[in-house]
Amino acid sequence: MTQTVFAPWEDPGEKPLIQFKNVTKRFGSFTAIDNLTQDIYEREFFALLGPSGCGKTTMMRMLAGFEEVTEGQILLAGQDMARVPPNERAVNMMFQSYALFPHLSVWENIAFGLKRKKMPKSELDARVDEMLRLTRLERFARRKPHQISGGQRQRVALARSLARAPKLLLLDEPLGALDKKLRQDTQFELMDIQEKTGTTFVIVTHDQEESMTVASRVAVMDEGQIIQVATPDKIYEEPASLYVADFIGDVNIIEGIATKSGEDGYKINWSEGKEPFQAKTPRTLSEGQKAYIAIRPEKIAVSQDKPDSALNSIKGKIVDIAYLGNMSTYHVEIPGGLTIKAQTANTRRLSRRSFTWEDEVWLSWTLTAGSVLER
Amino acid sequence: MRRFFLIFIPYIWLLALFLVPFLIVFKISLSDIALAIPPYVPVIEWSDGWAGFKNFLSQLDLENFVWLTQDDLYWKAYLSSLKIAAVSTVLTLMVGYPIAYSMAQAPNEWRPTLMMLVILPFWTSFLIRVYSWMGILGKEGFLNQFLLWTGMISEPLQIMNTPTAVYIGIVYTYLPFMILPIYSALEKLDASLLEAAEDLGCSRLSAFWLVTIPLSKNGIIAGSFLVFIPALGEFVIPSLLGGSGTLMIGKVLWEEFFSNRDWPVASAVAVVLLLLLIIPIILFQKNEQKSREMDQ
Ligand SMILES: Nc1ncnc2c1ncn2[C@@H]1O[C@H](COP(=O)(O)OP(=O)(O)OP(=O)(O)O)[C@@H](O)[C@H]1O
Ligand SMILES: [Mg+2]
Repeated sequence: MTQTVFAPWEDPGEKPLIQFKNVTKRFGSFTAIDNLTQDIYEREFFALLGPSGCGKTTMMRMLAGFEEVTEGQILLAGQDMARVPPNERAVNMMFQSYALFPHLSVWENIAFGLKRKKMPKSELDARVDEMLRLTRLERFARRKPHQISGGQRQRVALARSLARAPKLLLLDEPLGALDKKLRQDTQFELMDIQEKTGTTFVIVTHDQEESMTVASRVAVMDEGQIIQVATPDKIYEEPASLYVADFIGDVNIIEGIATKSGEDGYKINWSEGKEPFQAKTPRTLSEGQKAYIAIRPEKIAVSQDKPDSALNSIKGKIVDIAYLGNMSTYHVEIPGGLTIKAQTANTRRLSRRSFTWEDEVWLSWTLTAGSVLER
Repeated sequence: MRRFFLIFIPYIWLLALFLVPFLIVFKISLSDIALAIPPYVPVIEWSDGWAGFKNFLSQLDLENFVWLTQDDLYWKAYLSSLKIAAVSTVLTLMVGYPIAYSMAQAPNEWRPTLMMLVILPFWTSFLIRVYSWMGILGKEGFLNQFLLWTGMISEPLQIMNTPTAVYIGIVYTYLPFMILPIYSALEKLDASLLEAAEDLGCSRLSAFWLVTIPLSKNGIIAGSFLVFIPALGEFVIPSLLGGSGTLMIGKVLWEEFFSNRDWPVASAVAVVLLLLLIIPIILFQKNEQKSREMDQ
């Protein structure tokens, strides 16, 4: 069976659903979105990731029609959205603050958007019930928003925005208040809905794991700009910059001077008089330039003895161990004062673990384990 | 002990300043008019002890209340007061809501100033303000002069001594009581709720109806009570602006007390007025409580 990979952004013939064209948004003299250009395709699950205040909500609000664009253009299905009021856009938004109507019950909150559609009563009832079931809120249908918990409120907000089955759904941190189990269930539920309805999702999240799970593409933002857009695995494995590498997941950064070594490899001289680390990269660096190796902790092996095969290896001392249940992270201090994090899966019981504090261990990794970055 | 005091202070207050005066008035309403000081009988003969008190009780009766139903002046005055109070409450709401709404929409730094402007009239005497309306509304008043000058009318309008003047007076006087509770409800309204309504397909107008109005309901109700209740017993405004043509129970009450010196009938009028006010308030609160219980 051949499965076609969903990657409309690689197809030049594909028409994007949303186009940001040199969009700038200013609040007074403060620039919240800075000359941003980005296409989002139909049926995508587009995740916005970035630190607080980087402009994620602002981007959403411009799509929903609550903020005017200061400069540039936003096109939805090829149409300029500047003059279209929010109630005429085939877009629904789940608000970061939920914005549930306090005077209406959970049921009425979910039915609110459907009633505006002049839907027949039986169809409306069925749709609301379906949404209640989906978000597991059946028991709370008659309650008012102030009578349910934070996580339940979040689910009401989600159900309300889903109910109208919009073309484009904007979710501003939709799952932040849910516990891990429910969050994962809802994530899969969202993906399922997306597959069934073909809705395009733009989702804001602070949880990089979540963006990895659900997204077709992840955009990492900083200060009103998109730093990198790529599929989750690309973002994780091949971050474009230190900022992205550092933002997504845990990473070791080793700074050094690059010298060419072999076909597509470089030696990174990270400390005077020490064996340089070697790495392969598609990038071309100029001789003697400053460069960084970014290596994920789980790509670094820990061993008692010096491994014979690995090209990069160094001896160090364990200064800290973080036990994470299924994993352990060792903080290993290497000569020169650098501390490197290495992660191993805990296949054995705690008591039989092989390394402990103050142990001397060898760290090793392969040529392709780390990414070589220029900034 | 502290809790005991905290709970009982308001009750003592109510007892001393509402219940005791009410009982005194109620007692007088059961008495008969007399040419004496005080101008009613019976009075309790404390010197006769228990027998004097029993004697006093036996002389009380509901005559004055029966009298209220026999002379149609009274129920006409009650009805007319109810009508005037109800109409002016609606008018005040219609004027006050937009003002409260625009105050709540105004930029933050403007709001204290606007609030000041709303309560500024309280700084001058109420009587002076009503008198100045006489100057505005009279035959030779500012309003007529202005309208004549613009050519919109050729004859001065008769506004003074009509119900219209009373409505103007009441709306003007009680407007702040309508504006303030509505404003405080609207100020708390979360703007993102309106955005959510629009996002879900409402036009601006229907978002206003479906979100803003229901969420300011409590302010509307509080404001309406604050206007309706004093307007019902209003005496100064109908006397000064309404002339002899406007019948209001407050005026009747005043005349019974001071012109006729018939304290017992006047007290009966006052007791009925109070019941007229209290019954709807209690019913309303019952209803509120029920809907709150439904929510649980
Ligand atoms: N109405 C406004 N007036 C002025 N500044 C604003 C306004 N709305 C947002 N900002 C500013 O724009 C920047 C981006 O805000 P935005 O709400 O988009 O952040 P965010 O990425 O959603 O953050 P978070 O993750 O905390 O929700 C922030 O610095 C914020 O202070
Ligand atoms: Mg936000």
